[in-house]
Amino acid sequence: MAISHEAHTVKQFDLQLANLRNLVLEMGGLTEDQLKRAVAALDEENMTAAREVISRDRLVNGMQVKADEDCINIIALRQPLGSDLRMIMSLANTVTDLERIGDGAKKICRMAVQIYDGVGSPPSAKLLRDVTPIAELAAEMLHDSLDALARLDVEKALTIIHNDDELDEEFQSALRRLITYMMEDQRTIGHAINVVFIIKALERIGDHCKNIAEHIVYLVEGKNIQQRRNLDMSLAILAQDHSET
Amino acid sequence: MSTTTIEIKTALDATLHSDTDADKRSSVEVTDYNNRQTVGKITVDHPKMVCRNVNVYYGAKQALKNVGIDIGINEVIAFIGPSGCGKSTFLRCLNRMNDTIVACRVAGQIKLDEDDIYDKSIDVVQLRARIGMVFQKPNPFPKSIYENVAYGPRIHGMVNTKAELDELVRASLERAGLLKEVEKRMNEPGTSLSGGQQQRLCIARAVAVNPEVILMDEPCSALDPIATAKIEELIDELRENYTIVIVTHSMQQAARVSQRTAYFHLGDLIEVGETDQIFTNPKHKLTEDYITGRFG
Repeated sequence: MAISHEAHTVKQFDLQLANLRNLVLEMGGLTEDQLKRAVAALDEENMTAAREVISRDRLVNGMQVKADEDCINIIALRQPLGSDLRMIMSLANTVTDLERIGDGAKKICRMAVQIYDGVGSPPSAKLLRDVTPIAELAAEMLHDSLDALARLDVEKALTIIHNDDELDEEFQSALRRLITYMMEDQRTIGHAINVVFIIKALERIGDHCKNIAEHIVYLVEGKNIQQRRNLDMSLAILAQDHSET
Repeated sequence: MSTTTIEIKTALDATLHSDTDADKRSSVEVTDYNNRQTVGKITVDHPKMVCRNVNVYYGAKQALKNVGIDIGINEVIAFIGPSGCGKSTFLRCLNRMNDTIVACRVAGQIKLDEDDIYDKSIDVVQLRARIGMVFQKPNPFPKSIYENVAYGPRIHGMVNTKAELDELVRASLERAGLLKEVEKRMNEPGTSLSGGQQQRLCIARAVAVNPEVILMDEPCSALDPIATAKIEELIDELRENYTIVIVTHSMQQAARVSQRTAYFHLGDLIEVGETDQIFTNPKHKLTEDYITGRFG
């Protein structure tokens, strides 16, 4: 059953849930900003900005700890059931994914520092050509997953799950191109490997957005569609839920 | 909106909002407080008791409306719901305890195996031996611990010798997890035991007449958490040999001890389902609002 919008008899419980949800959305906003800054720092070769992103990852980690504590406190003190329980579990899982997305942004900046603050010359533009489109896709998925979480929008969540395939394909194509460059000119290997780490971090960010979308579907519909290979299989699970009623 | 989004929206609409009978029913049930048709599967593969169209009236007031549910062999089923919802009334219908209330009238059919328990040929005393009951407050007889357990088998003529009776009393106390604590004080009054021990004595007393079904009406509401845990452990063990129906106000207890849960509301059986489904993803809005504490 869809989640209830009625107030709890115990108003304090409503407040705790609202605070937790706001904290998770705030953490989402921070990770979104971290990703945006990380990609910009790489693009603009601004290593001061990159180091700032690395340093600000502690804020993301701190919010994860706070959100985890809040989840545990609510479970211990309120014994949530039904949609409340699904909400807590989904938010707790989302927090883990957001923290990993934050780690992804940090990793991009670490690679940027290695590329531009290293001893050798900077890489040629063609090596970095694929980063921007992949980063845009990942950033869009993150934005949409946070939006879907704020609105509890199952349709949008399913779209994100679908879009992850597109990001995976972009990653594979970029990887093939980078391998070709490395085979053609061995001097590119050092930089190319750093770029592989960057696009891999972006691809993983897409995976975490997909996870968040799956948590949203579970939260709203009460059905776990994780590990379903495609949209049709996910829809089949949701249909099964309703026909069982 | 991109083509993909439109495709997903269409597919989702077809999945969640189609006009098949089942989906139409579910979409009404989750949103409409007034729709009181029971949601979920009321039947089981191996029923011990089958209840259909059970209506109960206290004078002019209808306390239960068209309740239909199966109770499976060797299952623990929990009845939950707010005060006055009819769960205890329904429990008391299952062994005709409502017969003792003058203004109470029960209509419909309740079968124990193949026997209609409201048939005129049914001996109510024998019926209550087959369907035992444990009450909210421990109510040992004002007799010794031994006599509390021995009383039932003796009046039902279940034993011929003192040795047989001794054995049955010990076995019943053992099943109720109480033997070790009382074997050296069998002749002390039942009322000298602690609340939790008294409740287990009442369970031993119920078990002694070898019932097929045990009804429990909030058996732990007067007990502390440790005594409650012992009773819950006992319920889990008793399930191997008996069918257990438990009424409880504690949703956590229902979740811990039962395999199926039924939610009652204002005399209607609103939803029946596997316990994990009821407490993680109930189908009816009334169930959801009750278990999440949103009842106004």
